[in-house]
Amino acid sequence: MTHPGNRVRHGIPEFVMAMQEPIYVVDGARTPFLKARNRPGPFSASDLATAAGRALLLRQPFAPAELDEVILGCAAPSADEVNIARVAALRMGCGHKVPAWTVMRNCASGMQAIDAGIANIRAGKSGLVLAGGVDALSRAPLLFSDAMTLWLANWYAARTLGQRAALVAKFRPSYLAPVIGLMKGLTDPMVGLLMGQTAENLAYRFGITRGEMDAYAARSHARVLAAQKSGRLDREVVPLYDRAGKLYAADDGVREDSTPENLAKLRPFFDRKYGNVTAGNSSQVTDGGAWVVLASQRAVDEHKLAPRGRIVDAQWAGLDPAQMGLGPVHAATPILQRQGLGLNDLDCWELNEAFAAQVIACLRAWDDDEYCRTELGLPGKMGGLDEGKLNVDGGAIALGHPVGASGTRIVLHVLEVLERSGGRRGMAAICIGGGLGGAMLVERT
Amino acid sequence: MGHWTITREGDGLATLTLDRADAGTNTLSAEVLRELGEALDLLERDPPRGLIVRSGKANGFVAGADIDEFGRLDSEADAIALVKRGWDAFERLAAVRYPTLALIRGFCLGGGLELALACRYRVAVDEPGTRLGLPEVMLGIVPGWGGIKRLPRLAGAPAALDMMLTGKTIDAKRAKRMGVVDEAVPPRIMENTARGVLKALPAPRKLPFTLALTLNPLVRRVIAAQARKQVARRARRQHYPAPYAILDLFAKHDGDALAPPPSDPASIATLLRTPTAGNLVRVFRLQERLKSLGKEGAFQPNHVHVIGAGTMGGDIAAWCALRGLTVTLQDQDAARLAPAMGRAAKLFKDRLRDERRVRDALDRLAPDVAGDGVARADVIVEAIFENVEAKRALFAAVERRAKPSAILATNTSSIPLEEIAGALADPTRLCGIHFFNPVARMMLVEVVVGARTRPEIAAAAAAFVRSIDKLPLPVKSAPGFLVNRILAPYMAAAFRAVDEGIAPETVDEAALAFGMPMGPIELADTVGLDIAVAVGRMLGGGGDPPRRLLELANAGHVGKKSGRGFYTWTSGKPAKQAPGAVPPGLADRLVAPFVAEAQAALAEGIVGDADLVDAGAIFGTGFAPFRGGPLHYAAARDGKAADPAPRAVV
Repeated sequence: MTHPGNRVRHGIPEFVMAMQEPIYVVDGARTPFLKARNRPGPFSASDLATAAGRALLLRQPFAPAELDEVILGCAAPSADEVNIARVAALRMGCGHKVPAWTVMRNCASGMQAIDAGIANIRAGKSGLVLAGGVDALSRAPLLFSDAMTLWLANWYAARTLGQRAALVAKFRPSYLAPVIGLMKGLTDPMVGLLMGQTAENLAYRFGITRGEMDAYAARSHARVLAAQKSGRLDREVVPLYDRAGKLYAADDGVREDSTPENLAKLRPFFDRKYGNVTAGNSSQVTDGGAWVVLASQRAVDEHKLAPRGRIVDAQWAGLDPAQMGLGPVHAATPILQRQGLGLNDLDCWELNEAFAAQVIACLRAWDDDEYCRTELGLPGKMGGLDEGKLNVDGGAIALGHPVGASGTRIVLHVLEVLERSGGRRGMAAICIGGGLGGAMLVERT
Repeated sequence: MGHWTITREGDGLATLTLDRADAGTNTLSAEVLRELGEALDLLERDPPRGLIVRSGKANGFVAGADIDEFGRLDSEADAIALVKRGWDAFERLAAVRYPTLALIRGFCLGGGLELALACRYRVAVDEPGTRLGLPEVMLGIVPGWGGIKRLPRLAGAPAALDMMLTGKTIDAKRAKRMGVVDEAVPPRIMENTARGVLKALPAPRKLPFTLALTLNPLVRRVIAAQARKQVARRARRQHYPAPYAILDLFAKHDGDALAPPPSDPASIATLLRTPTAGNLVRVFRLQERLKSLGKEGAFQPNHVHVIGAGTMGGDIAAWCALRGLTVTLQDQDAARLAPAMGRAAKLFKDRLRDERRVRDALDRLAPDVAGDGVARADVIVEAIFENVEAKRALFAAVERRAKPSAILATNTSSIPLEEIAGALADPTRLCGIHFFNPVARMMLVEVVVGARTRPEIAAAAAAFVRSIDKLPLPVKSAPGFLVNRILAPYMAAAFRAVDEGIAPETVDEAALAFGMPMGPIELADTVGLDIAVAVGRMLGGGGDPPRRLLELANAGHVGKKSGRGFYTWTSGKPAKQAPGAVPPGLADRLVAPFVAEAQAALAEGIVGDADLVDAGAIFGTGFAPFRGGPLHYAAARDGKAADPAPRAVV
């Protein structure tokens, strides 16, 4: 178990002292999150990033070419757009001279992009940064198996008819079974667990029942529906149009019929048969992209920007990959410690919903004396987080989790909620496959 | 030699460069062709190992013959001499003992392509500006300098005839696939390729068996007969003799335009006996003139904002994006933008084909419900429904957000500009930019100059129209401007003829026989009878509105879009009966009001001069191009213009 608390226990660490330059969030936007429906979705990842970024940049007082850089998080860029940030920047009309680079920290790639922007602003390298995240998981590739790859390599190397005939004889139909790229990505390479199995670990550890998970998932759907109906997502969501003229105006994974009763009917997906985590109480596999514009004080002055908020603090943390869902606890707690804040001193929380069990586990961990002492190095428990402040417009269980985009979405959505509620501060926190957590403290200007 | 330069290289190759001393574009005047002969004389004395023929102009290879020389043809003998000098020059080039290669970059048209075809090899530079074609037919003449002879040998008869009969141009890749060029390469290796080919001297590509067969004398006649049927569907021989002559020359004379005797319908003499060639050259000149109207001033728009995503607004936005501008398209909500985005994607796919270019065009077209593009745009085009209060409110709001330098334009066809301009703090900023439906096909755009419109705004609007590859026609703000105004009485006459009991098919046939590209009744169905009624009302004209038109429109049978109008439409095509015998004088009954209204518009100064009236009629209404425009036609008919030659047009 890691102890991120080590470095903060003795007061404010040095690197925090350097974090005095304010980092402004000028504006942000995202695509609707489109559920993957077992086939390639209507938009590629760069289509998504371009559509959202183009609309966001259009409403700024500066021209796209005035950006200092574009940073895009993407967990699974397709083979033809590996540096997808550059593809998106050029497609959005930023011109040849704006550098662009892609970052990858699995489920927090979109938060990593923001953090990279912060670092470069702090270092004085950049003043105006477009940072975001994107993934088109529906377009994750099907791969040849190792056996098939080897067979093909021999086939191409074969020179004579005899060699080829021998290879044909060796061919097995099973070679043709594709490896689903997405399943590889969702399996931890160190501990060999599917992400959903790490959530089962947490459910076991904290005694979270199937009913609690399904109730949480149903609430997520209900909250997204309410947010959609009242237009609370309209400002952040940029409509998409496909080439047939079909409009994609809203997140489409949310369901009216996702009630606890209906969710209870689903079979466990990860630990088959006797597990508790189902497709219904997990985040959805989805396509989407999100961006924010980050600016230094100087850039704000120079372009006469009206920032919507600031990123006050950020933290990454590591933990046991088999318990990766608790990442938000390990990342957010040091920020609270540094800022001298309790869980409920914040006006809102966006805690990415990878799994219902995982979100509930985070709440349990903070409210657990032993966990806080042994795992976080605190004197005692942090206490209970007011669920009225948590994911008030629902989360990834209903919206979907386009891996690279989610980290940016929750930062942006904290701002949306603060503006709406008149609140001042909020936290965006996310768990990360591989045993990491990320968190950002956002303040409304 | 002032136009050609011979450069000899150490490796034995020589380059023959055409760089017309007296013009910005390479064309093949008599002098240029004479000098080509001199150059070949010089090369003959000391034959190079190989010869590269290329252009010294950055804008292209060779645009074709010198059209100015057509205008100066005073006699049949002159015309025959013109054909003969090009034919002989290229026959000689084709026969030289050393290998020759044309290095083609940019346009390579008409005589330019015939020059390249006379070389043994051709290398085309694969970039967007490279276009090869034999568009002579569009000027009412034939590719008489060897095009009809040589192109089929390279591409086979079907593809070659298609190019020659339609005048369509092809790009480098297509030319390579068709066999017209030996290589299509990027600019970075064009020199290496040209030299490499001349050193390796590959065997010329052989036509595949089936295509080689199309050159057999008997098969030629069969193919020509089939092609003649297709041509007949689009153009009548008495109106457009050139495509028929091309087929005859291909079938019977192996492309030698000098071979048929003067009495032959395919002879040069016959082509010149009709005014078609002269009038089509006139049309070409008119087009050049309209293009030049967009060249005044230094306005270079980058961003266009279009408000209103209906048929017109959406298609205007798509067209601008297709032509490389950044476009924002605004409407009240996202759902209204969706059909326009779909149509745009289809347009880009049809026109650009290449997936990356389609993607880029789509990326340039941003849906913009919030209207954020207003603040960025250089040109703002309003294309909302025809309601003066809505337009006034819109422009008042737009003016507050727009850049001070932005042009504010309305696409209205029926509301006086002045009524809208009154809502602006600066009414001198407003002009009309009036597109026609379908936007992608109609070349003409009326630039409407209101009573208070500043001249530099009108000039900038014309420059914008030119920048999207349309033809700007400045018109005074008056009901119907030019095009709708001159079209309306002609349409009304057609509706009245139907009301009198003449079948719509017969009315249309009368117009087709006159040379209109589409009959007026079918045109009304295509545009929409609701619109025909509205335009008729706006332009008044007195008298009762056409009865049948009103009946149909009131019953909701508005034409193509509703599936029924004067005709019944199925899958975009009208079900037409065979036309009856056209009553004598019917064509004149239709055309006379057209001509009269054109004369009235000229008298009222709606456009600058008679040629612009004719240009508007041809490019805006499709008025029979081979007749040179309504005013030109009327003057020729009345014997006032003895000389239908294009000299009158400058």
